[in-house]
Amino acid sequence: MSQAVGINFKKSSIDAFIAGLMALVLFGPIVGVVLDGYGFNAEFGRVAWIVAIVAVGRFVMSSFMQTEKGIALAFRYANNDDGVTVLPPGHKSKMVWIIPLVVVIGLVLPFVASKYVLTVIILGLIYVLLGLGLNIVVGLAGLLDLGFVGFYAIGAYGLALGYENLGLGFWSMLPIAAIMAAVAGAILGFPVLRMHGDYLAIVTLGFGEIIRLILTNWASFTHGPNGVSAPLPTFFGLEFKRRSSEGTFHEFFNLPYDSAYKYMFIYLVLFAVVWAVLFIKHRLVKMPIGRAWEALREDEIACRSLGLNHVLVKLSAFMIGASTGGLAGVFFATYQGFVNPSSFTFFESALILAIVVLGGMGSTLGVVIAAFCLTVLPEMLREFAEYRVLMFGILMVVMMIWKPRGIVRVTRTGFSPKKGVAK
Amino acid sequence: MNQENILAVENLVMHFGGIKALNDVTFNIKRGSVSALIGPNGAGKTTVFNCLTGFYKATGGKIQLSAGGKETSIIKVLGEPFKATDFISPVAFVSRLKYKMFGGSHLVNRAGLSRTFQNIRLFKEMSVVENLLVAQHMLVNRSLVAGILNTKGYQKAEEEALERAFYWLGVVDLVDSANRLAGELSYGQQRRLEIARAMCTNPEIVCLDEPAAGLNPSETEALTKMIRVLRDEHNTTVLLIEHDMGMVMDISDYIVVLDHGEVIAKGGPDDIKSNPKVIAAYLGAEEGEEVTL
Repeated sequence: MSQAVGINFKKSSIDAFIAGLMALVLFGPIVGVVLDGYGFNAEFGRVAWIVAIVAVGRFVMSSFMQTEKGIALAFRYANNDDGVTVLPPGHKSKMVWIIPLVVVIGLVLPFVASKYVLTVIILGLIYVLLGLGLNIVVGLAGLLDLGFVGFYAIGAYGLALGYENLGLGFWSMLPIAAIMAAVAGAILGFPVLRMHGDYLAIVTLGFGEIIRLILTNWASFTHGPNGVSAPLPTFFGLEFKRRSSEGTFHEFFNLPYDSAYKYMFIYLVLFAVVWAVLFIKHRLVKMPIGRAWEALREDEIACRSLGLNHVLVKLSAFMIGASTGGLAGVFFATYQGFVNPSSFTFFESALILAIVVLGGMGSTLGVVIAAFCLTVLPEMLREFAEYRVLMFGILMVVMMIWKPRGIVRVTRTGFSPKKGVAK
Repeated sequence: MNQENILAVENLVMHFGGIKALNDVTFNIKRGSVSALIGPNGAGKTTVFNCLTGFYKATGGKIQLSAGGKETSIIKVLGEPFKATDFISPVAFVSRLKYKMFGGSHLVNRAGLSRTFQNIRLFKEMSVVENLLVAQHMLVNRSLVAGILNTKGYQKAEEEALERAFYWLGVVDLVDSANRLAGELSYGQQRRLEIARAMCTNPEIVCLDEPAAGLNPSETEALTKMIRVLRDEHNTTVLLIEHDMGMVMDISDYIVVLDHGEVIAKGGPDDIKSNPKVIAAYLGAEEGEEVTL
């Protein structure tokens, strides 16, 4: 009987009874009482069904958790040690196979996907860039930055205002915006990076708000809340508009006009930039500077005792992170065709931070996955528009309970032993 | 440059508000020696260390480090407040401003002095080798472009850094743990790794803050041997704070005894052992009473 497989049905029955009782308390008034004018109708049938489903479900689950498989599952989760692991030297990552596959899918995608899907994916990629940028600051260097959206805004407004005032297009603004954001990062960072932890978080929070308020209130330059229009990228000087004196893309290639071309092009450029940033990030973490960032996160005092200038190391993390944010801003502006200050609220900063935390501090793959989850999921949940932020909150709570170290666990490269040489 | 003394501390004063932690501390450390700083709890030993290594800005006095072929004033590189004369001499002003903006304890390390900590400060979530690679930050190729493009020069520098790291792992007997996380190591291993990490910065003088604290007798013996290796094979001067008197008397060439922020005795182990002031400070005994350490 039950003893043979070790299932205690009495315990399961009690579990089921308690769960059913809780369901009755919870759903009884909500589902069972339907208002009808000034009176109400009692709907016992619906309540009974819900309670029965909950009780049976709990019974099945309780029984399953007592079987060998269930115990093994519970054991696995209980011992889910999400700590950092060091890979053995010479470890071959499975990414060698996955990366070419993703590249091929990514290149084919714009030609098969609908315009709507493409715009959602572009947004996802923009958040990947933002996540990667903030991951350097928060995940690697351990500096809590709550004003990252400021650099994003600098990039976006850089493109829009650069075009309006100086006639600079997408291609010239792409590097300039990155440099501008990095300089802004340096100006903000130099005086404040002597602080750490909570103080730094508050200063950066203030910085993000300052940028937004300047954009809103300096109306003579930024057009305030009315926003500014931003230019589209050009393909070797050919524009993606319907008509242009400079020559248009569809006329040059004898194609019928389609507004999807511009999204395809933005997507392909963005795709290339994301890969470039991923590659640079991948190299940076293995380089002395990346090691210094992580060491700084671990122990600042020890870093200073080893001759690392902690202010400059933090500043470099801040600047490189900011420049990535600036790049993302340029893509955002050109993709929207229009920027205004309401796109750069604190909620954006919180969203980017959530991407980094969900993905796993310092993990590149995790950030990419989390960025797509947090931008594509809300699009898929359009029907529940009012509950999106609620779901977002629930997701964060659940993740922090089950996987506090993020989706992807951080691994470190191992080094094969060498013959030591004294110098 | 002072050939004989690597470190000269003159009239060092350190006040924390009204508390006078150090009062007129003066001592010299000879090049190539193993010296110890001892004293009862609260005597100010760690405060002296923190002043020497630039973690505290001394209230007054001079600390002169002669390493790497030049004299470094440790108080100056931490950034001093401006003085009236700076506004007349532009050179002094610029140097003062430079140290104020970019100065700090990292410059003390770059001048050739490295340290370990009483409460171990390793990079716990990094591997053992990476801990040693971080320590070589100033010796490797830090160019961003070379690193991203993975050039030959960069690879060579990294390779050399790895070899140096494995050499020091060999010295402290941690080669087998090279790819473990530093935080996973046992206490004794962590102590040894911290010494290796301090040595990876190629210092001329290394300051060890209670290296034998928490070690068992055989580990302490191994540590004693290791410190001798540092002195004899690497020409490194060692300055240590230690409470284990057996070990201190065994390896030190020179001992400075502190009590209540003042130097009460200096000299070789034999002088210190028989110094009545030291015995009184440690045991609270009447002077002249027959007590030996």
